Amino acid sequence: MIARLTQDERRNALIILGLVALMGAVLGLAGRDDLLGWHGLLIVIFAAGLALPILGALDAPEPTEDRENAYYDDPTRLGILLSMGWAVFGLFMGVWVAALLAWPELTFVDSPWASFGRLRPAHTTGVIFGFGGNALIATSFHVLQRTSRARLSGQLLPWFVLLGYNLFCLLAVTGYFMGITQSKEYAEPEWYADLWLVVVWVAYFLIYVLTLARRKEPHIYVANWYYMAFILVVAVLHIINNLAVPVSFGQVKAYSAFSGVQDAMTQWWYGHNAVAFFLTAGFLGMMYYYLPKRAERPIFSYRMSIVSFWGITFMYLWAGSHHLHYTALPHWVQTLGMTFSVMLLVPSWASAGNALLTLNGAWRKVRDDATLRFMMIAAVFYGLSTFEGSFMAIRAVNSLSHYTDWTIGHVHAGALGWVAMITFGSIYYLVPVMWGRERMYSSALVEVHFWLALLGTLVYVFAMWNSGVIQGLMWRTYDESGSLSYSFVDSLVAMHPYYIARALGGLMFLMGALVGCFNIYMTIRGASASVAQGDRPADPNADRSLVAGE
Amino acid sequence: MAEFHKKIERSTIGFVLAIIGVSSIGGLFEIAPLFTIDDTVEKVEDMRVYTPLELAGRNIYIREGCYACHSQMIRTLRDEVERYGPYSLAAESQYDHPMLWGSKRTGPDLARVGGKYSDAWHVAHLVNPRDVVPESNMPRYAFLERKALKVEDLGAHLAAMKAVGVPYDEEMIAHAAADAQGQAMPGSLMADQVAARYGDETNIRFFDGQRGVVTEMDALVAYLQILGKLTDAAHRQQQQQAALEAP
Repeated sequence: MIARLTQDERRNALIILGLVALMGAVLGLAGRDDLLGWHGLLIVIFAAGLALPILGALDAPEPTEDRENAYYDDPTRLGILLSMGWAVFGLFMGVWVAALLAWPELTFVDSPWASFGRLRPAHTTGVIFGFGGNALIATSFHVLQRTSRARLSGQLLPWFVLLGYNLFCLLAVTGYFMGITQSKEYAEPEWYADLWLVVVWVAYFLIYVLTLARRKEPHIYVANWYYMAFILVVAVLHIINNLAVPVSFGQVKAYSAFSGVQDAMTQWWYGHNAVAFFLTAGFLGMMYYYLPKRAERPIFSYRMSIVSFWGITFMYLWAGSHHLHYTALPHWVQTLGMTFSVMLLVPSWASAGNALLTLNGAWRKVRDDATLRFMMIAAVFYGLSTFEGSFMAIRAVNSLSHYTDWTIGHVHAGALGWVAMITFGSIYYLVPVMWGRERMYSSALVEVHFWLALLGTLVYVFAMWNSGVIQGLMWRTYDESGSLSYSFVDSLVAMHPYYIARALGGLMFLMGALVGCFNIYMTIRGASASVAQGDRPADPNADRSLVAGE
Repeated sequence: MAEFHKKIERSTIGFVLAIIGVSSIGGLFEIAPLFTIDDTVEKVEDMRVYTPLELAGRNIYIREGCYACHSQMIRTLRDEVERYGPYSLAAESQYDHPMLWGSKRTGPDLARVGGKYSDAWHVAHLVNPRDVVPESNMPRYAFLERKALKVEDLGAHLAAMKAVGVPYDEEMIAHAAADAQGQAMPGSLMADQVAARYGDETNIRFFDGQRGVVTEMDALVAYLQILGKLTDAAHRQQQQQAALEAP
């Protein structure tokens, strides 16, 4: 990887790493009496760990290949591996916290770092930002180049984005174990990590814009619309939701700029649109490229893509308030949130339908090819969970489902069924392409992974539907005398069997991911990242253009 | 439509601007008015701020991720009001930076848990929840009892809270560390000052049942015992409504 950088670029990389280390040292010194000191140290170690191999190769020969005539896939390769690593970590944390709800003593008892409250954000961050985020960065770099027929912009910038992003994830997860969190769900990291992510994100946006600027295609392909919406909207959400005043620049703790009802609305405007633009838009980008590629069929409808894209981009931002039905949030905001959530079904199903209709004529492939089946099932779960989401946003339904495990079931139908499945499908497509292999090491193991993932998801989701609905009903059941029938503890006891089932479902999903890791390892072992025939940026002199949607 | 779209999808900058424009409308319509419409948050006269000890306890509550399983938002539903008390008002969390309304009830709602149980119950429950509630699946927090509370920088915490709009005065900020200790040391000179600054109804007790050092257990229990007690507005409103509905 370093061999592909010129000596000047290696020196520049060292300068950047030096600046990062300096930043870490300043933070560490300013926060030496606080947990911030440890994070300063972590940043220095991270930068030093990356600088060492570069220092060793500083005088290695210059790259010989014609770089402008080759795609830049090294960051994508590492991104795939990081994504799978985070998947195993995040899913393991998930199984652990699931087990803790069934057997609360199944931990290092009385160790602060190992209690449910600190492990749970490590699970959510591990899977959403670690697994999902790395997969998005890796695939977006790949899709962007292929659909623009141009090489990625910059030699160091993509590395800065990928590695900088992983530094953010590391700061987040290690922070939770130490008790560093601002408690905003899916936005737990504190102010310094948030600021760092802004820097990384600006670089990410720059890569996108600069690469698009040199594209050899007149049109920007659908997948890139989604990736761009993902990058842009997540930036806005992240900055506004994380506005806070630190206690001092030597302390991790900061106080949110907003309070009470405004904070709640801002948080769920963020939270719901993290789902929309991180977990939906980005992965739709993935789907719009890899599904037609694998099926070898063009996207069914260009118009449906347009309706779906702008529908999602416009309507999702209104929907966050459905997380706050019957609360102290003004009624008119709740009603708006409900209305838009129901309307969202239209663009959501336009995308799910577009994906499934693309498979018309390729169903035989779906039957035989587990990779394509991963993508197909992902589209089905996308349709199911967006329907469920619109349904749960209706005020009367929400009165039952809110605060219960039903929400957890819904989230996992989306996260396991849609996000993880489309990611695994895309990765199974991408790994042989990236490492110059004809196919995955074992298609039987892909098949095993598929069934473990599907079964695990179904067990998980059914368990949570059952427990959620029972919980919601028990809380509101009255006896003949007009008093509540069940104590809270009664409802907790009723959950126990479902919590065990859920942990088993999660375990199956984790085992599937481990099988996937083994399969990927065997596929790339000994591979020499050779470039597939014909997989090169367009010759700038050639005059051939694709029509939109091709 | 498709023809028009074919034009804009040829321009990166155009597309970027279109995404920003289209996506910002929702937030502008729903969030911005919450800051400007006056009756979004009820005006409540008797609302008091968290004492330094309670604020420290709140930060422990956040640190340990309690919000992941406990909501602090009673909805306007009959069964919730009967189970947990009068529904939550926006005013009650107006000094909560950030809010802790929560999204999941693996355990019960805590918006009005203050005063429901004794300090001793809370301490026993936090040390090992299954000693008090055998069916509970809550983690143990016995380590809180052994950890001395860090009080030196509480003044800076109050100052940061003031910067985001909580009405702490200079006196409160200056004496934050002493006040934190005083609240957990009844009978001391410092304790009298806490009452003077934060009101006579402030809980001043040996929250963790021990007279020695002020621990994190003291802070967390002090926080739990004030939940729902910063103002009586919700109870007053419930009584007024009951009076209106009475024949």
